[in-house]
Amino acid sequence: MSVQAWTFLFVGVTFGLYLVIAWWSRVSDTRGFYVAGQGIPAAANGMATAADWMSAASFISMAGLISTLGYAGGMYLMGWTGGYVLLALLLAPYLRKFGHYTVPDFIGDRYRSNVARIVAVVCAVFVSFTYVAGQMRGVGIVFSRFLEVDVNVGVYVGVAIVFVYATLGGMKGITWTQVAQYWVLITAFLTPAIAISLKLTGTPVPQIGLGSELIGEGTALLEKLNQIHADLGFASYTEPFIGSWDKLNVFCVTLALMAGTAGLPHVIVRFYTVKSVAAARWSAFWALLFIALLYLTAPAIGAFARYAMLDGLHGKTEEQLPDWFHSWEQTGLILWMDDGDGHLSYTGGDRADENELFRSGNLGSVQVAEIRLYHQKWLDGQLDGQDGRIVLRQAGLAGPDRDIIVLATPEMANLARWIIALVAAGGLAAALSTASGLLLVISSSVAHDLYFRIGNPHASESQRLLVGRMVIGFAVVVAGILGIYPPGFVSQVVAFAFGLAAASFFPAIVLGIFSKRVGTYPAIFGMITGIGFTATYILGSVYGGWSSWAFGIGPQGIGVVGMMINFTVTLGLTPFFPAPDQTVQELILSIREPEGAGPALDIDKSVEAD
Amino acid sequence: MSTKVDERDSRRAAALGRYWKRNATIMAVLLFIWAVVGLGAGVLFADVLNVYSLGGYPLGFWFAQQGSILVFVLLILVYALVMNRLDKQHHRELQSTDVITPKRSGRFHEAGASVE
Repeated sequence: MSVQAWTFLFVGVTFGLYLVIAWWSRVSDTRGFYVAGQGIPAAANGMATAADWMSAASFISMAGLISTLGYAGGMYLMGWTGGYVLLALLLAPYLRKFGHYTVPDFIGDRYRSNVARIVAVVCAVFVSFTYVAGQMRGVGIVFSRFLEVDVNVGVYVGVAIVFVYATLGGMKGITWTQVAQYWVLITAFLTPAIAISLKLTGTPVPQIGLGSELIGEGTALLEKLNQIHADLGFASYTEPFIGSWDKLNVFCVTLALMAGTAGLPHVIVRFYTVKSVAAARWSAFWALLFIALLYLTAPAIGAFARYAMLDGLHGKTEEQLPDWFHSWEQTGLILWMDDGDGHLSYTGGDRADENELFRSGNLGSVQVAEIRLYHQKWLDGQLDGQDGRIVLRQAGLAGPDRDIIVLATPEMANLARWIIALVAAGGLAAALSTASGLLLVISSSVAHDLYFRIGNPHASESQRLLVGRMVIGFAVVVAGILGIYPPGFVSQVVAFAFGLAAASFFPAIVLGIFSKRVGTYPAIFGMITGIGFTATYILGSVYGGWSSWAFGIGPQGIGVVGMMINFTVTLGLTPFFPAPDQTVQELILSIREPEGAGPALDIDKSVEAD
Repeated sequence: MSTKVDERDSRRAAALGRYWKRNATIMAVLLFIWAVVGLGAGVLFADVLNVYSLGGYPLGFWFAQQGSILVFVLLILVYALVMNRLDKQHHRELQSTDVITPKRSGRFHEAGASVE
């Protein structure tokens, strides 16, 4: 069976499974729709959180990022896991004790302000929509690469599937499909890693393999990799702070990602669905454990694939090049522009001029064909020929596409075709699980926070449920449109989402829980200045061409500064404004008190307290 | 009647104050370790640590890409275990000072609360 046939099979089976789960977990009330009836067991919730967290980017791109960055890839690894410690210690148990349905709910009630609630809603919706655009696009791309259909077809199918299980089951449907999606994605990720580790180092445990000696070489893999890097002009793989990722920026990006992770609404909301505060703490543990299974393996994949690529490609002639190279060359993710000597040269750094390996990036196939044509003319010595290497290098397209690392690793390791298809199903599971979590946040922000809490507090259960379903259905469609016409800056916008979450939600929630003194206006001003600064800076660097003028920190790490601004403004203004009133003080105390020692919070009662 | 409620309230407030202090200490310790291992060993001291090796990895690189993640998982595990135990201790304290009484179902309710 071809890869395409296997992929159809796996995708068909897994999608069928998601639909069955959707039917089984259909809900009939808002508690089921928004917080899954608060009945999800801690370990299952951990699996769902892990799947929700690991998006198409984590699954496909992260290992590729690590393979390109070497040591600096640790920013993403530490940032995206370290944030869970912050979540577990500073947020999850208290928000679960609070017992409401959304993040803007907490902000609105703690700061007694519909203005604060609306600011939170706007942030949540913006952060979630930007994130979800990349996911639907990711679904389309996996479909196009593995099933050989048009990207948009993939997006339509993805939209249809999510539409069904999200509108039927809301958070309950989403959670249980995420549990299934976790197992699909972790199997798909680990299998090639174990296989390539066995092939290169003889041990099936990738984390040990990464530190081991290469079979038949007698040197440690990392040492050999560093050596090859040095020979070919690339910076050392394991040495920190070489090149543009200096200590300050690595520090800031890591911290921004940690705080941003803890501030992302679609992650926070995952802790509302468990049975108790104690379960929320356990759920955070299970979530990080399940996430760590993938994150601890990604460095191994990154390094193995980097080694296989350098060792397998550099210096080889057309006949010597491995099969995987030829099949992936057709996708444009990896291109060879020979300088005429018949040997492939993959270099970087000081030897970048000799590099012959490129990618097509955003260029269409017609443009690439044209570049090849003129490159061939240049090789033949014709006057109108042009060195394609220079053209591509100036377009910033040197080196293969990062996404190829995870997608091509099974072929690099000569794995069976069904494993390759499994990676496709895994990538889809990752994208769909994250997309559905984000869509739930968008729906709850509009249907619960805007419609119910502000617009129509006397809406009945069935009205609230209907509005929730309509909004999520509408949001899925919009997400699909963003998947078909993606804003060209998706990955930067995701980085923006983290910076925004770090600068807005994280300080507001932490201060809300840990301080009884911080009142409404300081919090609102803090959020607005934090967001304003971060947004202006990032938009300026991305569109306005500003250089990183603020303290030498790039846009990815600027969320740290935004966060500090938020904290400073909030705490600085606090002495000048009144303390929260008695009701809020009691709310804070009840959030801090262990469960079962006081009367339970009831969301419907709190509405009348407004 | 109201003084009894007041006394109970102040005992409860005092117990909560003690609980919160212990909570804050645990959090501070765990977050300190989080910072030292993650931002410290993984970033600030990674170049210094790289001189040493662990299992074939340079040490700073290992902390950044493997060790810190392992430590984070352990930190949350410790947090869940310790805090859940602290919660139970708090309940026992409230019971023994007569702030709450256990219902037969195992849940708690206000001591002396009538069926309102």
